[in-house]
Amino acid sequence: IFKINKVCLLKTSSGTHLGFAWGPGDILVYETLYKVRKDEDIYSPILRKLFNESHHIFVGLQTIREDLPSKNKKPQFVSISKNYRSVIRACMEELQQVAEVAMQYGNQVSILLAIELIWNLCEVLFIDAAPAGSLLLHLLDWVRLHKADVDEKAREVLQSESPAEHRDYWDVVVSYVLQGRLEEARQMLVKQATLQPAARKMYKQMDTLLSKMPFYNPGGTQTLTEFDVKWRHWHEEVDRCLQDNSFASNKHLELICKVSDLGDEDTLLEHKDLLSTWYHFLVTRLLFCHPTVKPTELHYYAQSCLTMFLDSRSVPEPLDSILLAAFEFDIHQVIKDCSIALNNWWFVAHLTDLLDHCKLLQSHNLHFGSNLREFLLLEYASGLFTHHSLWQLAVDYFDHCPEFGRVYLELQIERVPLDTERKALKVLRICEQRQMSEQVRSICKIMAMRALRNNRLGSALSWSIRAKDAAFATLISERFLQDYCARGTFSDLDLIDNLGPAMLLSDRLTFLGKYREFHKLYGEKRFREASKLLLSLMTAKIAPRSFWMTLLTDALPLLEQKEVSHHIVRYAVYGQSTPPQKIFSLLLSNIKKTSKYSYLRSCNQRIFGFFSGKNNIKDVLII
Amino acid sequence: MFVARSIAADHKDLIHDVSYDFHGRRMATCSSDQSVKVWDKSENGEWHCTASWKTHSGSVWRVTWAHPEFGQVLASCSFDRTAAVWEEIVGESNDKQRGLSHWIKRTTLVDSRTSVTDVKFAPKHMGLMLTTCSADGVVRIYEAPDVMNLSQWSLQHEISCKLSCSCISWNPSSSRAHPAMFAVGSDDSNVTYGGKVQIYEYNENTRKYAKAETLMTVTDAVHDIAFAPNLGRSFHVLAIATKDVRIFKLVPMRKESTSTGPTKFEVQIVAQFDNHNSQVWRVSWNITSTLLASSGDDGCVRLWKANYMDNWKCTGILKGDGSPLTGSSGQPTAMSTVVGSSVQTSQNALNGMSAGRIGKRAPFAPPLRQLTSPKINQHPAYY
Repeated sequence: IFKINKVCLLKTSSGTHLGFAWGPGDILVYETLYKVRKDEDIYSPILRKLFNESHHIFVGLQTIREDLPSKNKKPQFVSISKNYRSVIRACMEELQQVAEVAMQYGNQVSILLAIELIWNLCEVLFIDAAPAGSLLLHLLDWVRLHKADVDEKAREVLQSESPAEHRDYWDVVVSYVLQGRLEEARQMLVKQATLQPAARKMYKQMDTLLSKMPFYNPGGTQTLTEFDVKWRHWHEEVDRCLQDNSFASNKHLELICKVSDLGDEDTLLEHKDLLSTWYHFLVTRLLFCHPTVKPTELHYYAQSCLTMFLDSRSVPEPLDSILLAAFEFDIHQVIKDCSIALNNWWFVAHLTDLLDHCKLLQSHNLHFGSNLREFLLLEYASGLFTHHSLWQLAVDYFDHCPEFGRVYLELQIERVPLDTERKALKVLRICEQRQMSEQVRSICKIMAMRALRNNRLGSALSWSIRAKDAAFATLISERFLQDYCARGTFSDLDLIDNLGPAMLLSDRLTFLGKYREFHKLYGEKRFREASKLLLSLMTAKIAPRSFWMTLLTDALPLLEQKEVSHHIVRYAVYGQSTPPQKIFSLLLSNIKKTSKYSYLRSCNQRIFGFFSGKNNIKDVLII
Repeated sequence: MFVARSIAADHKDLIHDVSYDFHGRRMATCSSDQSVKVWDKSENGEWHCTASWKTHSGSVWRVTWAHPEFGQVLASCSFDRTAAVWEEIVGESNDKQRGLSHWIKRTTLVDSRTSVTDVKFAPKHMGLMLTTCSADGVVRIYEAPDVMNLSQWSLQHEISCKLSCSCISWNPSSSRAHPAMFAVGSDDSNVTYGGKVQIYEYNENTRKYAKAETLMTVTDAVHDIAFAPNLGRSFHVLAIATKDVRIFKLVPMRKESTSTGPTKFEVQIVAQFDNHNSQVWRVSWNITSTLLASSGDDGCVRLWKANYMDNWKCTGILKGDGSPLTGSSGQPTAMSTVVGSSVQTSQNALNGMSAGRIGKRAPFAPPLRQLTSPKINQHPAYY
């Protein structure tokens, strides 16, 4: 239709825009969509909550005192990790509700699920660093948390007419067993036992068996070795049951027995649908065959479970690689894989920051001296900056990046569009708090310029003052004075009256402020003070040349003031190179143009008196 | 993530340059139809043309914005051998209601005897200075001593580069450690003079600009050149659009106390990409110099990013043929959009854009749903 000619590239200004011009007449603009379209607005507040709350946690984490010994900090870090996860969960749950209404957010929910899964595992392995014994218990918790469908099914079953006859009944029981939730399994089994009085003995046996399965108690007095012994005994019992065919008549109970018997792989693999993931498979296996697994041994089991679980046709997915890397305690690989697989920096930035605080990251010195944590935080925060309101959160992140945070902030904050004065003030406050004086100056200057272009002199002046821009303040003061000369009144009196020490920014500004003060005093009939002020204005020589006539004209009425008149006239005579006759003739012509004509008469005597003897003056002054 | 918006520019001929203002809320385009158009972005993200006027009597090659500290000011340059400075006049109220504004010419710079190929404002800390370069190889630097009077410009420097110039870029660094510096690119077909990129530096003593460096390894026509934002580093980074994309690092070497000449640089090539497989026309940096975008005759835009080990790689390709793009199977997720920096978002751009063209995004398979995940076809985010 049209030929693609040169492709021109738009400068990426705020980093959010890219635009290209193709062929004749068409531009294609690519922009980061930070303002979701109206119909998607329902969930952006949910995500915004995630950013806000995680920001809060992040800042809290940064302010943990460095000097506390490590062992005191671990519980704190674990708690922070849990906080992050609960924020993720909350967001996910809210999104899930919305997703039921609008189908397209399902993807977002799954991403969050994955993130929480990974984070949880990282917390167990890296942050909590559970040792053998507790490790399995934590992993069990982990699996249970992420296999919510068991509870759903159980609910369904229990709410039915006859739970024991529900088609999912045995699935629930077996699932409980697979997750090591033996108490619940036993309660379910009771229902079946009631239905089959004839098999009561068998059920009783199973119940006993399950009740006796040892679980390690980290807080107890039992050592790991003692637990191990106990556990082996139990296994022998399970094995005996199998050999005796105690449960042969009921395939389900037989299954449970087999599972319990060293987590028989084949049996487990037959029930992939109940396990649904290889890592569930892994944890179940460990539960039944090696509950005292050490952290360092995990990866052997993990790898083999992954291989066994996936059939030959399946390829490991990104999530699988990440979890595997976690089981291998390869933190850097986890972070790297997450960065690649997940389309956002939020997760890796916050997780890495936490891990860094736990001193778990080796510090690679990057070519520019920063490190991985800072790199990721900078990326995340830079992304936030493109958002019209979340950019304020980004500031705190930059604050905690010692190498480049400041310069990144400087560069990005000056690009924030200054749509309103309120926003400009917000931006300014941030810059002022951080002594970013150049940015302060620049922003104020931009605002001043904008105001000036729109002829809002008062606004322009106050921005120039804030920018400490003497030259601009001078320029605007000139405008004010010109305005006054043209119209006889001042605009923006409030501002000028309350300049305070800012008045000293520039001579012209000082003059403006003082001149206005003179008018005020005159208006209040405080003539003596007014004339003193006027005199000082004249003698201080900060009055612009263009204004001298006006000043002298203003002086005339004050010639009534004895002590003043003498000085004023002298000023008029000696303060300028123009000969006094000329001055007065000029004054006269000027006065005629102004409303001060009426004063002339009363002043006449004085001036006349001074120059008595000078005939020509007398002539000039005769009206 | 990037969402494409197609704008019917209504230029009657080829568009040669597109330029965003400092805050990214306004845009200027210029064309062979001799006009410049100014576009404003409204609150709902729509672009509206608020001004369109004839600027030259020949094709307009480039258009650029001055820093907003100087007001709303544009400069344009043209085949008609002139460059011009334009200022926006705050219009009548009914114009404002109709969303229109007026631009008036403040000055025409007529010193060039040949087509003026690029026009750029110098960094704001240098005052209001404008630089042009021409097909006859002359770079001119003008200054407006009174920023409130844009009709007065004085020609401060006239530098002959001996090669036909196509582009200029100023080093944005305001550090006192760095004297003012700009780079000039040449599209001259002359092969006698080797390097097609020259670096000029201001000398405080002579008060002139002197050539500090020629990049001898760049021998093909240079179409665009861009210094990266400095970030307080001691060295400089320069991107060049030529037959490929090149990124150079210029490391100032320590000056002897007696030396009065320009700084000597150690020139290192940081990256070279020929992925466009055709002439590269434009290069452009983001604010923090973490992302470089290039466009080429292959009709693609590529995004380049360095990982934390300073290895540069392509992190995204944006294709376009002007047709409006619809959302893909995966809706752009707000998390990705907000959180992702331009890199990540660029990856999502691949997802969000007409998925058919670039390739499906791999849904991140959640544990509860057994989804098969197609392979990721696009370049992964490079961390």
